[in-house]
Amino acid sequence: MSSAWARFALLAALLLAGCEREKRVYSGQPATNPAGELYQENAYDVAQGKRLYTWMNCTGCHAHGGGGIGPALMDNRWIYGGKIQQIYRSIRDGRKNGMPAWKNRLTDQQIWQLAAYVRSMGRYVRKDVAPSRDDALNSGKAESRRERSAPLEPGR
Amino acid sequence: MNWQSALDPHSANARHLADLFWFFTALCAAIWLLVVAALLRAIRHPGLAGEQDPPERQLRKSRIVGALTALTVLILVVFTAASFYTTRSFAWPDMNTLRIKVTGQQWWWQVEYRNHDASQVLTTANEIHIPVGRPVTLELHATDVIHSFWVPDLMGKQDLIPGRTNYLTLQADHAGVYRGQCAEFCGLEHARMAIWVFAQEPSAFEAWRRHALMPNTMPDGGAAAKGAYIFVHRQCASCHAINGSDAAGQTGPDLTHFGARATIAAGTLHNTAANLDRWLADPQAVKPGANMPKVDLSAPDRAALVAFLEGLK
Ligand code: HEC
Ligand SMILES: [Cu+2]
Repeated sequence: MSSAWARFALLAALLLAGCEREKRVYSGQPATNPAGELYQENAYDVAQGKRLYTWMNCTGCHAHGGGGIGPALMDNRWIYGGKIQQIYRSIRDGRKNGMPAWKNRLTDQQIWQLAAYVRSMGRYVRKDVAPSRDDALNSGKAESRRERSAPLEPGR
Repeated sequence: MNWQSALDPHSANARHLADLFWFFTALCAAIWLLVVAALLRAIRHPGLAGEQDPPERQLRKSRIVGALTALTVLILVVFTAASFYTTRSFAWPDMNTLRIKVTGQQWWWQVEYRNHDASQVLTTANEIHIPVGRPVTLELHATDVIHSFWVPDLMGKQDLIPGRTNYLTLQADHAGVYRGQCAEFCGLEHARMAIWVFAQEPSAFEAWRRHALMPNTMPDGGAAAKGAYIFVHRQCASCHAINGSDAAGQTGPDLTHFGARATIAAGTLHNTAANLDRWLADPQAVKPGANMPKVDLSAPDRAALVAFLEGLK
């Protein structure tokens, strides 16, 4: 194959990868995503999670990730685990000492989107997937511009 | 109902704008006709190629060109002045009138009647009721991106900008229903972001306001009561509030007196039981991307919710 063709193929692959970046599934969970892993690969889902984070007033306890009444969400310390499935379970079922269960208040898809967004706060998602803008004025760095936190550390 | 048209004004301000439009159109049309006539004449009577005009003819020609240039400048000045004086008066909101806060969000309108007395504050969505013959001041806000409020029969458009308040004065001469529309592209469902202005005789408006302020009474039996239970205990209450129930969500449209509304989802569907069932079965099939998720509900649960919501008159 000539190098011109190789370049063309590379460009096409890059552009197509862009389509996947924010592919939207509006209702329900895609069948190809049984373990929820893919939510954190999708810019649209992460952005929806970011909106829900404010809508459901998560800031009330966790601030913008720095924590307050509840633990910080942007560092590498996770009491109940920092994998997306573990975060999903913390949101869905709640945890003792005050974290409420959201399973009757949000849909399953929304809980996955929130979990994916929480992963983006310490930038445990790809840079091109993490949100780069805020609806409100915000003096902090956008998620996409943050350094990735240290590798996940189990336990306190 | 009036179909929206800026050329069918129903208020003094809209009339000024329509007059301005016709003034521009008439003058520009006249100029265009003159230019075309001059062009036709030039084609009919071409000068000979290479022919030199006598000096007095050259002088006449440059005088004509000079005069026409001056006339063009004059017309532009007149246009600028006319639009300046017409729209200038719109920029000064009257703060002593009825004030309504309108918040644009993807992709619906929240409407809040301001009052110093908190018990008189009234929140609704996608519909504005106003008394005829009285100016009403809208306070325009946005929560996410820029939207634009435009009810062409009543007034020109004004943007809603996150983090900033704009004002717009609305007044209707005749009772009627006027359609409006978001006029600034704001994302996926921009085209399905309509708003309705109901202009009513002052007494009818006051009756509407009194009624709308009252909490809904909760049904005490049958399908509607089951619907009320589902509404409060399922996802609905995280986003929607109903005055009179325990539902107090603040991020979606307030559904108090929802049964009395004309449309569902900012003008997307007529408000009928069948359409509401369709909306609840999957909002994403009706208005893809809208910020209301599909909630898994059985058909009987949906029917109960429909009975409950349509009963909120
Ligand atoms: C995550 C938040 C959320 C949840 C949960 C939710 N809604 Fe909504 N709802 C919205 C939003 C946002 C809109 C406006 C959508 C639009 O027009 O773009 C809406 C619109 C509506 C409307 C139309 C209102 C109008 O005036 O046009 C009705 C009725 C409604 N929802 C009922 C329900 C019911 C019943 C449930 C529970 C099964 C529910 N909603 C769950 C956010 C939500
Ligand atoms: Cu819009």
